[in-house]
Amino acid sequence: MSEFLQFLFSGLTVGAVYALVALGFTIIYNASGVVNFAQGEFVMLGGMITVFAHMAGLPIPLAALVAVAATAALGVCLNKLAIEPARGAPVVSLIIITIGASIFIRGAAQLVFDKQIHSFPAFSGDDPIHILGATILSQSLWAIGGAAAVFVGLWLFFTRTLLGRAVLATSNNRLAAQLVGINTDFVMTLSFALSAGIGAFAGVLITPITMTSYDVGLALALKGFAGAMLGGMGNPKGAFLGGLLLGLLEALTAGYLSSQYKEAAAFVVILAVLFFMPQGLFGRKSTDRV
Amino acid sequence: MTLLQIDGLGIAFGGLRAVHDVSFAVEPGEIVSVIGPNGAGKTTLFNMISGIYLPGSGTVRLKGEDVTGMAPYRLAQRGMSRTFQNLRIFQNMTVLENAMTGFHLQERGPVLSDLLNLPSSRRRGRLAEDGARELLARVGLERAADREAGNLSYGSLKRLEIARALAMNPSVLLLDEPAAGCNAVETEEIDHLIAEVAKSGVAILLVEHDMKMVMRISNHIVVLDHGEKIAEGAPETVSRDPAVIVAYLGTEAADADS
Amino acid sequence: MRISQKHLTLLVMAALIAAAPFLFPSGYYFRVGALIFVNALAVTGIVILTGYAGQISLGHAGFAGIGAYACALAPVHLGLHPALAVVLGAGVSAVLAYLVGKPILRLKGYYLGVASLGFGILVAMVLNNERQLTKGPDGIEVADLGLRGLLKDWGLNLTNGEFWYAFTGIFLILGAWIALNLHDSPTGRALRALHGSEVAAGTVGIDVARVKLQAFVISAVYASVAGSLMALQNKFVTPDIAGFMHSVEMVTMAVLGGVGSVPGAILGAGILTLLPQVLTVFAEYEQLILGLVMMLVMIFLREGLVPSILRKFRGRGE
Repeated sequence: MSEFLQFLFSGLTVGAVYALVALGFTIIYNASGVVNFAQGEFVMLGGMITVFAHMAGLPIPLAALVAVAATAALGVCLNKLAIEPARGAPVVSLIIITIGASIFIRGAAQLVFDKQIHSFPAFSGDDPIHILGATILSQSLWAIGGAAAVFVGLWLFFTRTLLGRAVLATSNNRLAAQLVGINTDFVMTLSFALSAGIGAFAGVLITPITMTSYDVGLALALKGFAGAMLGGMGNPKGAFLGGLLLGLLEALTAGYLSSQYKEAAAFVVILAVLFFMPQGLFGRKSTDRV
Repeated sequence: MTLLQIDGLGIAFGGLRAVHDVSFAVEPGEIVSVIGPNGAGKTTLFNMISGIYLPGSGTVRLKGEDVTGMAPYRLAQRGMSRTFQNLRIFQNMTVLENAMTGFHLQERGPVLSDLLNLPSSRRRGRLAEDGARELLARVGLERAADREAGNLSYGSLKRLEIARALAMNPSVLLLDEPAAGCNAVETEEIDHLIAEVAKSGVAILLVEHDMKMVMRISNHIVVLDHGEKIAEGAPETVSRDPAVIVAYLGTEAADADS
Repeated sequence: MRISQKHLTLLVMAALIAAAPFLFPSGYYFRVGALIFVNALAVTGIVILTGYAGQISLGHAGFAGIGAYACALAPVHLGLHPALAVVLGAGVSAVLAYLVGKPILRLKGYYLGVASLGFGILVAMVLNNERQLTKGPDGIEVADLGLRGLLKDWGLNLTNGEFWYAFTGIFLILGAWIALNLHDSPTGRALRALHGSEVAAGTVGIDVARVKLQAFVISAVYASVAGSLMALQNKFVTPDIAGFMHSVEMVTMAVLGGVGSVPGAILGAGILTLLPQVLTVFAEYEQLILGLVMMLVMIFLREGLVPSILRKFRGRGE
């Protein structure tokens, strides 16, 4: 039982990151229809920038703030410089653009930072907490709690604020949103900033546990994407739960099946979802207008 | 035998009943027009008959066989073809190639034969090409054969779609607003074409807003309003039906008439 | 006699391939050329899948990996001659493409891209993890094809570089010929029609799911054969050949050159194969530049290089 609990904790921890990446994917997908493969790089930047800002002398909270803000700004640049100019291009082209962007960011990170593995101290120390025979790091609680806080915050934002509802409207029907006076360009900018910021925040939360380096982004993007697919592409609740579920599946696979193939869990999930329920756990089927 | 038999066809989107309990029949060589104000459900009806939407209720019978909800490609195999209100031309192909796709069911063969450009593959392609050129000439597009389909005028593309639909040698032809956006000359050409096709024994189901055309060529008219059939009959009968007048022009017009 | 565009294309290709060696400053370039041809062969498959039929695969390198490792493993474990191993790899790839594609392709949308992504990564993972069989990430040796030796016995003495240049060149021309045949054939028209409009394609009797599956299987075979040739040429292969980045490279090569055109595939393969060679000087900047190139080309030359260049030459259309 305590073994299972142990896997549960580690699964939820890493699942929290996947959930946030999946959430970021979903926000951009809903706003622009683009699947942003650079999403994982935002997580990487959140961790790396915090590390280097801290090494340069800033206290961790301030370094983290700088990291999130800088990454959010980068997200906006990504939209303005790479996605907007390609509006209307075929899906293949947009996919290549975001993959190209992720490679570019990875290449830049390699130069600006370095190729080493980095970390910074956990927020409230490294002493593990004992629960029911299993241990959990305090940082894991920060990660899970932080992810939940982001989710709740976003939920409130989208349902309770005018701006949030404007974002939803734009995702639903861009032209109609424009016609009722919503500044859809600003909504796009906001969506990318939000997505990137969330990704960076996830990076800040998880780095004390998993450490970071310039090339962690790709695997995170792919797994976040798997989580979003599991939950139903385009559904924020689904994305969040999908990411958590994926983390759990990964931990359980590592624990009970094979640690070598734990990485495979995400991709087996993708294939299973597509074979048996392509709309995901919470997605809707759509009708085609002729 | 009745070529196309529609019985109690209906569909709802969410809570909205788009089409409800519509029934009628089309005989070989007959031209049946479906008319009604905008939003009456005509294209939805078409989409149900041609397999693009799955009906919620009712049946579609083609040559006696129940084909309700069958995928479009299987309906095509059974002799049904159609054109589209919003034009669905293959923009990435030439005019000739577009017409040739109409011959798909006749020209298709083993993939391997196509990959290796075997004589049988070339023969099939040539048959399709000859047939396509003939049809293009019939609709007056023979000189545009090698142009990119995307470069043609709207009216020409409408004719191309008809050529493509005719290539399938259908028993039942569904025409969704074939004259929409066409000028008087083009409309008359399409008019003649439709009459000619009907004469060869094809059953034609037409959705059209051009009332003069409808009255001129139809043997039988079905009137829809708010998804339901409100009248049916020969052109003269339908044009004087008070329910029809109300649907199109409102109650004041009906009062003015009586 | 009028030469069809297809024959003209093939002739020009053959001529360029035959003539290029005269410009080679050293024997090393034969190797680069062979690499370009193999990449171009794989990319031709992508042209069929994505250019003709409009479907996206983000895991096609998985098939290349299967073809490559078939050549590495089958001679050793099954006693097959390497040439037969190529056929085995192609067969396995075709079957897997069929099994993965069949349930996916009856769905609409980008699902094939996602499923192929998962498939490709799983293949790479298996190749990496099953060290007993594949020797894992360090890679595995591949037996000699034996053809060069055979030619030597018959009196035709070629260096290793020359042989593989010619051999892969022949495969490329063959692959191009098949793809060009397909383009103007009934099946090709069906593929291109579904790319134009799936709804209308169904209406003219095209079984869209079936035709998409055909395209997927055919393109998988192309990738598999290309992977086999790469393994046989290098006499060595690592699991990276099946990796996500390789899949991305394949798609990028296709789109760079012009995803609908076979010459485009070759141009795209040429540029993206040569770029890292050129960039070894700037090894550190390689990823940066690659990413930048990908973005810039997709933003400014959406249709790819070949169509954009052709448009400049033709001036304004009719």
